[in-house]
Amino acid sequence: MTQATTQTETKAEGFEPRIVAFVCNWCTYAGADLAGTSRLQYAPHVRIVKLPCTGRIDPLFILKAYEGGADAVLVSGCHPGDCHYTSGNYHARRRWTIFRRLLSLAGVEEGRLFFSWVSAAEGQKFADLINDVTAQVKAAGPFKHNPARRQAW
Amino acid sequence: MARIGVFICHCGENIGRTVDCAAVAQESAKLPGVVVSLDYKYMCSDPGQQMIKNAIAEQKLTGVVVAACSPRMHETTFRRAAAEAGLNPYLLEMANLREHCSWVHEDRPIATGKAVDLVRVMVEKVKRNRALYPIQVNVEPTAMVVGGGIAGIQAALDIAAGGKKVILVEKSPSIGGHMARLSETFPTLDCSQCILTPRMVEAASHPNITLMTYSEVEAVDGFIGNFEVTIRKKARYVDPAKCTGCGSCYTKCPQKKIPSEFDALLGKRSAIYTPFPQAVPNKPVIDAEHCTMLTKGKCGVCKKICPRDAINYEDKDELVKVKVGAIVLATGFELWDHSKYGEYGGGRLVDVIDGFQFERLASASGPTAGEIRRPSDGQVPHTVVFIQCCGSRDEKQGMAYCSKICCMYTAKHAMLYRHKVHDGRAVVFYMDIRAAGKGYDEFTRRAIESDGAEYVRGRVSRIYRRADGKLIVRGADTLAGRPVSIEADLVVLADAVVPRKGGEKLAQMCGVGYDTNGFYSEAHPKLRPVETAAAGVFLAGACQAPKDIPDTVAQASACAAKVLGLFAAPKLEREPIVARVNQNLCVHCRACINTCPYGATQDREIKDRQGNVVKVVAEVNEGLCQGCGTCVAICRSNAIDLDGFTDEQIFAEIATLE
Repeated sequence: MTQATTQTETKAEGFEPRIVAFVCNWCTYAGADLAGTSRLQYAPHVRIVKLPCTGRIDPLFILKAYEGGADAVLVSGCHPGDCHYTSGNYHARRRWTIFRRLLSLAGVEEGRLFFSWVSAAEGQKFADLINDVTAQVKAAGPFKHNPARRQAW
Repeated sequence: MARIGVFICHCGENIGRTVDCAAVAQESAKLPGVVVSLDYKYMCSDPGQQMIKNAIAEQKLTGVVVAACSPRMHETTFRRAAAEAGLNPYLLEMANLREHCSWVHEDRPIATGKAVDLVRVMVEKVKRNRALYPIQVNVEPTAMVVGGGIAGIQAALDIAAGGKKVILVEKSPSIGGHMARLSETFPTLDCSQCILTPRMVEAASHPNITLMTYSEVEAVDGFIGNFEVTIRKKARYVDPAKCTGCGSCYTKCPQKKIPSEFDALLGKRSAIYTPFPQAVPNKPVIDAEHCTMLTKGKCGVCKKICPRDAINYEDKDELVKVKVGAIVLATGFELWDHSKYGEYGGGRLVDVIDGFQFERLASASGPTAGEIRRPSDGQVPHTVVFIQCCGSRDEKQGMAYCSKICCMYTAKHAMLYRHKVHDGRAVVFYMDIRAAGKGYDEFTRRAIESDGAEYVRGRVSRIYRRADGKLIVRGADTLAGRPVSIEADLVVLADAVVPRKGGEKLAQMCGVGYDTNGFYSEAHPKLRPVETAAAGVFLAGACQAPKDIPDTVAQASACAAKVLGLFAAPKLEREPIVARVNQNLCVHCRACINTCPYGATQDREIKDRQGNVVKVVAEVNEGLCQGCGTCVAICRSNAIDLDGFTDEQIFAEIATLE
């Protein structure tokens, strides 16, 4: 933990990561809304792309995000069993499990793709998640494979 | 060429404090395609909405981005305003500057930067929005109510009173449910049958209600407004059209020793039977398991005796298909089986009974004609111990919840017992008295103060039978801080209220969720207590959670209001966020068909002029599609897209984030 923190501090200098989050409308988007209504402060490096369900996420979205200059991608939906559409989150999880392995083949190191469940009631968890992901990405440094221009969001 | 309008809301101070709204408006104005970019103190107010409407009209906007609060808050408001100004409402998107930006970031330049980003993304998305039109679905104005207890009866009567047809499905031979088995009801002590049976008759005779007793739901297909339900009508072996309910058959039936389910196994019934004399319909059925004619081919007494020739031993189960527009689930509850409590005798002590058994003992129509006599030897018990929370609030038994009705009915039982056996002693062990309800606390006070029930706060640790037949109840009085031991003649356990066995199957058929205890889940615990995640399926009574009669009746009437509301319009309008298949690209791999949780993606044959099938492709039934988009992501040939969240829109959003 201490080591990770020091690493964060050293690498974080001047590096403001860009993180794209694909979230579902019913749980995580609402969870993010709750973080807002609860006035929980979190790192400003994440941009949310709202989808009806994590099941809607095409792996290509994630690749495009990296290609477009994202340093990391976060996918978050409803908890298992809570999917508004019964089973979309299970499809997402299955797809993600396989896709994660293929990512390294595409030159994206593990640790640049995050997956989480955040329910509509978990505003605090959403804020913590964003802070945690941001800290980890800061520690990992910029994603070196994307040719896109580097500038802070 | 896109002509986009951007409207930035300050939300009073809520956004304006951290986000420099004027700067965001200026930056947005520079975005390609944006022709007007304005900021205003309260965009959702009347003048704010007017600002948007005017801009749509004057600038001939093709798309609008409102950067304000969460779309969950005001998307409908702004979309309605857009529609009023003549713009298709689905050409409006919202950027969430409040919940996702100003409220969660303190640094003004950073928040302003993020706000510009959020607007930029939405501008790119909205450029690719298409005009969408609400989907109209036909509604079959007939409701099906599953369960003929007080919840089902009330819901059916109210829907029928609203002028709509109802099919009331009940699995046992008669409607009435648990309420018909009760002796008196709290807190008024009026006779349960006296208030219920007129309702049962009303339900049976109402021209809008079709009773289907001795029937079970076999399968549910379709969707809101258009359910197709398969109902299994179990073989009755008695033709209800011919039977007059004279009762000759069950008086003469030689099989008379079968424990009666209605009497909680304390009374006996014959193999051909009506559950109770006031049954509706009052037509007997043959219990195929116990009838010797059906099991061994020997007997046939009822057929010989029946003056109407209504008995048919060849009767078979029949599957009936019905079309309904709405479903009310009112399947009720049952009592937990206390034989799992080894310390309370594990179900082996005959004189340790449950609440329903006590109800039958106290009921004038029960096996003892209303006299309290214990099952083992038929003696009047002189000391009765009532134990509350048997299974409820016991996490070890997997039931952390309170069964809600036990405090009240135990007080009622103690009262009834003391009314019938004046010198008897009624001892109640309780954890807490939960008597919240109109007249409820007064009722429990009455049991204690006027009727002399002895209330002991504490748990019973053990019940065992002494050689002389006495039941020894050992427990603790936690208020006095000492152990107690009572010699009892009868023990009544307030077993936990649990959902009906097999209720999960029905829930899965209807697409309704259920909690860890098996109770059906409502759509929202506070604001949508009778709706479920499945549109068009509603919940009434104890299948949703333990409930007393007044709450059940109220919820059933609420269901009826929801059903009548649904049936009020001939067509149902739905959000047009549905998937579409490009049939030219589809290779019919069926991945989407296997994925769809709603069965909305289906095969479609494309035929030539001669009627030969040229190609089979997937097709989306927009009545069934809920718009999750799982099929879109799984499609290998990119043949499916989701309106409102098209690949083009999302890729544009991602690209904008560069």
